[in-house]
Amino acid sequence: MPPPADRAHDTFPKLLRRNANLRAMRVAMREKEFGIWQSWTWAAMEAEIRNLAKGLAAIGLKRGQTIALVGDNRPKLYWAICAAQCLGAIPVPVYQDAVADEMAFVIGHAETHIAIAEDQEQVDKLLLVAQKAPALTRIVFTDARGMRNYADPALLGYEALIAAGKAFDDSWLDAEIAKGKGGDASVMLYTSGTTGQPKGVLLSFDNVIRTAENAITFDKLSEADEILAYLPMAWVGDHIFSYAEAYVAGFCVNCPESGATVMTDLKEIGPSFFFAPPRIFENILTQVSIRMEDAGAIKRWLYRHFMAVAKRTGIALMDGKPVSAFDRLHYALGEILVYGPIKNVLGLSRMRLGYTAGEAIGPDIFDFYRSLGLNLKQLYGATETSVFICMQPDGQIKSDTVGIAAPEVEIKIAENGEVLVKSPGVFAAYYKNPDATSGAKTPDGYYRTGDAGFFDRDGHLKIIDRAKDVGRLSDGTLFAPKYVENKLKFFSYVKEAVAFGDGRDRVAVFVNIDLEAVGNWAERNGIAYASYQELAAKPEVYELIGGCVEQVNRDLAADPQLAGSQIRRFLVLHKELDADDGELTRTRKVRRGFIAERYAALVDALYSDADRAHISASITYEDGRKGRLDADLMIRDVKAAA
Amino acid sequence: MSEILLKVENVSLGFGGVKALSEVSFDIVKGEIRAIIGPNGAGKSSMLNCINGFYQPSAGRIVYKGVERSAMRPHAAAAGGIARTFQNIALFKGMSTLDNIMTGRLLKMKRGFFWQCLHWGPARAEEIAHREFVERIIDFLEIQAIRKTPVGRLPYGLQKRVELGRALAAEPELLLLDEPMAGMNLEEKEDMCRFILDVNEEFGTTIALIEHDMGVVMDISDRVVVLEYGRKIADGVPDAVKADKRVIDAYLGVAHE
Repeated sequence: MPPPADRAHDTFPKLLRRNANLRAMRVAMREKEFGIWQSWTWAAMEAEIRNLAKGLAAIGLKRGQTIALVGDNRPKLYWAICAAQCLGAIPVPVYQDAVADEMAFVIGHAETHIAIAEDQEQVDKLLLVAQKAPALTRIVFTDARGMRNYADPALLGYEALIAAGKAFDDSWLDAEIAKGKGGDASVMLYTSGTTGQPKGVLLSFDNVIRTAENAITFDKLSEADEILAYLPMAWVGDHIFSYAEAYVAGFCVNCPESGATVMTDLKEIGPSFFFAPPRIFENILTQVSIRMEDAGAIKRWLYRHFMAVAKRTGIALMDGKPVSAFDRLHYALGEILVYGPIKNVLGLSRMRLGYTAGEAIGPDIFDFYRSLGLNLKQLYGATETSVFICMQPDGQIKSDTVGIAAPEVEIKIAENGEVLVKSPGVFAAYYKNPDATSGAKTPDGYYRTGDAGFFDRDGHLKIIDRAKDVGRLSDGTLFAPKYVENKLKFFSYVKEAVAFGDGRDRVAVFVNIDLEAVGNWAERNGIAYASYQELAAKPEVYELIGGCVEQVNRDLAADPQLAGSQIRRFLVLHKELDADDGELTRTRKVRRGFIAERYAALVDALYSDADRAHISASITYEDGRKGRLDADLMIRDVKAAA
Repeated sequence: MSEILLKVENVSLGFGGVKALSEVSFDIVKGEIRAIIGPNGAGKSSMLNCINGFYQPSAGRIVYKGVERSAMRPHAAAAGGIARTFQNIALFKGMSTLDNIMTGRLLKMKRGFFWQCLHWGPARAEEIAHREFVERIIDFLEIQAIRKTPVGRLPYGLQKRVELGRALAAEPELLLLDEPMAGMNLEEKEDMCRFILDVNEEFGTTIALIEHDMGVVMDISDRVVVLEYGRKIADGVPDAVKADKRVIDAYLGVAHE
């Protein structure tokens, strides 16, 4: 049963007021600065947010207008979300690593007048953006470093903004906050745009708060929890976990010192609630494996022995299944000798609840964490549904499904296999895009997720691919490219894979090696290399990847529906697929169509009988300059498994 | 008229028969970025070594803050507000970034050996104050992620940055940088340029730097002095120096009759 909804506090500014009363002295937020964790209680944070709201009012932010927020996860930017909501304005967090052009689209489309930028880097970008989006006339910066020679009249420092707000009095602000209603727009999040231009998803306070309440009840979050806010603020997950759920449950949000210090900060904070995409869990596991390989013989033996024990008993223990007394003891010993120390080193000792989503997670990776006694769960969601569609209940967790429908969520599977959703979290509309809005919903009000999936025997949803990407080989065999790619990506050596096959006679793939894992493997095997490109072209690496492909074929062969979509040919790409080159989305999903066009020469070669192919591709450096990269790639055939 | 921080007058330096510097004169104005350039073996590093008291000029004089220095030792130069980095990184490889930068604060520590060993009371309060200063430098140079990493494990570009941090920890009035960008890739160079400009503008630190990358030198320095075979051949703003025939000849070579 969903909890009785707290309708008196139907907006975040009202929830802030409640928390400042109820939890005045509890820490609401921390940020590491100058090597020390600085903290703000709910009462202190309310004061900061009120001052900021008055400052924004002073520079003309009005009800219904939008305000762009650009930067890493910083308390001031989180405060700005709530401060804007106090005034009835709509915060629009923007992906901070977007280049100026991408940013200009969002800011222009949202008709934003005011932007808050974290630092000089973002200000520089916004000044470029302002040339293309002339409505943008005010840029507030929170870090004054390097800003002294900027004379642009659009610029304003954070302190000056707060000072400007002193003219407004508290009763005026209270009245503004009281005007806010649950049905009002609370936030606008631009979807990363796997296809076409990004779309602005408008979510109301009711959408976000109801969904957060349900999720908090489902997974028993409380004010005692701690979270590390390190994923982009523009991503719906961060908005729900680090903002909405924190306000509703009253728990503490921790902002890391910088993007590069996340792993250190994670260890210092030891969050109880932790979200990471599968890629990060995978990286952590790779790190652990590599470090264990380098450890002494005794430690290595201990690790192997107890990880085997954990694999047998850890998951069963957590799922409450019967485990013999001896195994319990054995596991307890492992907890003291191995599991505890590993969790401590990773900063996961206090993790009570972990989520992963966005991509399928490898069963080995998923089981590794669960066997250590970490309650890692998959969830399934979308920006348009305020995240939660499916969640995994304690004790019923499988690595290949995303769980059951979340509270108050109805799910239907369409004729073509597409998953349709109705829930309190389903968005009202795409901003200024009625065509896309009507296209995204069925006439009876279900949101079309665009994912293909089915329910298994236990009523758990299994997602196989994007509905539109599910294709057929020329002989009619079902081909779900992502399913094939994910199977490959479950190997630590494979960073990305791109599968082709729709309308073709066989399946062929591009593989991106993982530099860290393959590099380490090369080192151990005495294979010298000087660059990514050289490593990727080594015949030994082809052998290694070939082995992975054969294993995938064996797995596919086991499933009669998918046996026909085994991989017959592959090549290893000479460069890493990169969001800056448009090959990945900002959330690191491969853009298959774009890649097929860009590397058309290679795709053609895969479907010829050539054993080499030449490619010349442009690359974009981090600072935006362009270069060219030429390479001669090998192509390998693979036998299909019976 | 801007205030002259350091004046080098007719300085010569010889090692046995080799004349490293002959009668070089130039000045450094407070608040500027002054580049010293020249082909290999022109005497650039020798010049820096004279300025910070590591070498004693065999003739000529150096006036720093209006006071002529005779036989100055490097520690006296350091106490007088001159800090430097080295061409071949000279950090404590086994110590962390934080500790390395802390060593830059050494001259600012007031408490004696006894208190420091005790690490209590006033010594502790002092260390906290210094640590805070060092943390500001770490933040400034954006090296938070390597705060606790032993310096020997860091890539070259980051080691250079740590070395800059250690020099900054001394709160210098005059900062000498010996090839701060040698061996760096383009991105690292751009970062380093930004840090040098920021140090100069944010803290008002006067900077004298030796650098081989002409693009960098011409972009960031206010004035450039050019040495060749131990002699000064040009001195002036970047554009003037760039156009100077003797400089072009020194760099491109000239046909001997």
